[in-house]
Amino acid sequence: MSERRIGVFICHCGGNISDYVDVAAVRDAIKDEPDVVVAETTIFACADATQTDMVQAIRDHNLDGLVVASCSPKLHTFTFRGVSRRAGMNPYLYTQVNIREQNSWAHTDDHEGATRKAIQLVRAGIAKTRLSTPLTPLEVETTPKTLVIGGGIAGLRAAVGLADIGLGVFLIEKEPEIGGWVKKFGTMYPSGRQGGKLIDELIEEVRRRPEIVVFTNAELVSKSGSFGNYKVEIKISGEKSMGLALDVGSIVVATGFDTYQPEVGEYGYGIDGVVTLPKFKQMVDSAKGELVYHGRPVKNVAYIYCVGSRQPEGNAYCSRYCCAATVHASLEVADVDPGIHQYHLYRDIRTYGKFELMYTQSRERGSVYMKYPEETPPTVTRRSSGQLTVTTRDLLTGGEDLEIPVDLVVLVTGMVPRKNEKLTNALKLPVGSDGFYNEIHPKLRPVETVVDGVMIAGACQGPKSSYESVASGLAAVTQSATMLKKGVAELDPMVAQVTPESCTMCGLCEETCPYDAVSRTEYEGHEVAQIDAAVCKGCGGCAPVCPEDAIDLRGYTDAQIRAMIENLAEVPVV
Amino acid sequence: MSQSATTRVLVFSTNNISDPGIDLAGSRHLHYSPGVVVISLPCASGIKPSWIVHALTHGFDGVFIAADGDECAYLTDCSKRSAGIAEQAQAELVERGLSPNRVRLAAVCSVCAEPFTKQVTEFVEDLSEAVV
Repeated sequence: MSERRIGVFICHCGGNISDYVDVAAVRDAIKDEPDVVVAETTIFACADATQTDMVQAIRDHNLDGLVVASCSPKLHTFTFRGVSRRAGMNPYLYTQVNIREQNSWAHTDDHEGATRKAIQLVRAGIAKTRLSTPLTPLEVETTPKTLVIGGGIAGLRAAVGLADIGLGVFLIEKEPEIGGWVKKFGTMYPSGRQGGKLIDELIEEVRRRPEIVVFTNAELVSKSGSFGNYKVEIKISGEKSMGLALDVGSIVVATGFDTYQPEVGEYGYGIDGVVTLPKFKQMVDSAKGELVYHGRPVKNVAYIYCVGSRQPEGNAYCSRYCCAATVHASLEVADVDPGIHQYHLYRDIRTYGKFELMYTQSRERGSVYMKYPEETPPTVTRRSSGQLTVTTRDLLTGGEDLEIPVDLVVLVTGMVPRKNEKLTNALKLPVGSDGFYNEIHPKLRPVETVVDGVMIAGACQGPKSSYESVASGLAAVTQSATMLKKGVAELDPMVAQVTPESCTMCGLCEETCPYDAVSRTEYEGHEVAQIDAAVCKGCGGCAPVCPEDAIDLRGYTDAQIRAMIENLAEVPVV
Repeated sequence: MSQSATTRVLVFSTNNISDPGIDLAGSRHLHYSPGVVVISLPCASGIKPSWIVHALTHGFDGVFIAADGDECAYLTDCSKRSAGIAEQAQAELVERGLSPNRVRLAAVCSVCAEPFTKQVTEFVEDLSEAVV
């Protein structure tokens, strides 16, 4: 085999890798490997400056192979393929080695073991690269349409954005009406405008765009095809139920959230006068001149924060929006009737960013804030006298126990993931431990999922304010444009190929391929199998069934996998 | 070097299903033995039985197939195919006088961080105690 010229870069990832893996030892262990002409460590392989250095190294050393040992290939395969391309090297001569998610982070308790494993992984990456061949990506035409699932503020804004960049849009909404949660909201911060009004305007914008087709009472049933060319089946319920098949290039999931529903007895829930935040918001929004509950005027209100959020058992996460929503509600209450006493019993106030100003305003207008200890949360009782009473310990006044007679207790409940099992299964969307949909990377790929061409936006991804939901909806628009506006998508050329010299045309590969990618052709006087690269999905399912070992999956050839196995099997001394 | 670290397990994962699950185990800092290393492929139905035998005759104590199960986006019968591949490799191991229990298969989904950690740790323990 001819000699190769391979460059290897080992990333510290700040300290995410180098706190547990001795990256210099890894470099020293592989720098004298055959075909390795560059071996370097780098603080951040993905940083612009490092990428520029890599491009230079590829050119200076005339490299024909690149190995970057850093994070998961899910994050940076495209980054370093781009580096290769910019340097004039075929991008498929690049191999990403995962020494973070599958090494340093999984072995924070064993630095020596993690270092040893990193050496094995990098050696296997070098072995794979040594046998790599230049490949050309396949191009497929894409469908310039996007399916938006969910007609709340994120989905509606995304639909308008998609139409404005010239993509066709199908918007499906499970409910009989579009508008979602925000449609029901009253005054919103910071504009002071009504939620219902905002949504009406958005719906008007949707109406003005013939590129957007809205289906209500509609749910996605199935999805087939691949990125750029999905076929989705929609079920529309109602008087006349019907099914619909649509062709789309990408999908934006914006299915929103549900609100936490307390158990009866949880902070007095079930007692007359104890309500959740959404219920209270409705009361405030419809109040005129005075705040009234069940025909009785409300003069004293207690808010209990973090109900159903940040719990050791149950929802561990902070729901983020509830502090700001409650502080905002207290200002609205003060507008309705400045004489109402408001007591905020909180664990921590998280009014981040501009919401902090609202918090100051709330205190200036008379709201009293009391911090309760996590281990002794407030209790709510209705006395025999009929008086609703909240008992709490206030850490800010020396841990004093206080009894507060009130007319109303508001349980500040947060957002919980919506139960959408059918949709989750149909799209094969990854769900995090909190039950919300997972993005690939919260910072670098915040709206993409592991399912190519399927994006998430709004509060289906985790608790968000409406402006954050809109921002993520628009990010999904940009991402769809990146994918679909070129009209063609590049697909990985990792497809199966037949070595005609070895093929006996037994027909097993034909039988096993559900995509009909295998056909027959002539080769030097005998019939052999051939694989249509545009039809092959690249699963490699035909390779193990070939009795002659005549099928290889490009990028995962028999020789490459065997070489990787041999290098992984060799235990280095560190 | 701890006992478990000397036990060598090769995991075959899949790019879109089980590999993200294994990544998630790391992202959550769940620990398993550094003797466990992973090769990721597009689909578990593409694993050649000869690769499994190759691994077990070149220093690995066990091979764990982190299969797609019913979630495979390529092949509806992926579970059946990958089970067939494991069985074929096991038959070859028996022919060579090696224990078929050195091959284990389990479906690992894209968020199966804890199940993966648990299963691979149990496998390492079984292998190191020479149970299999």
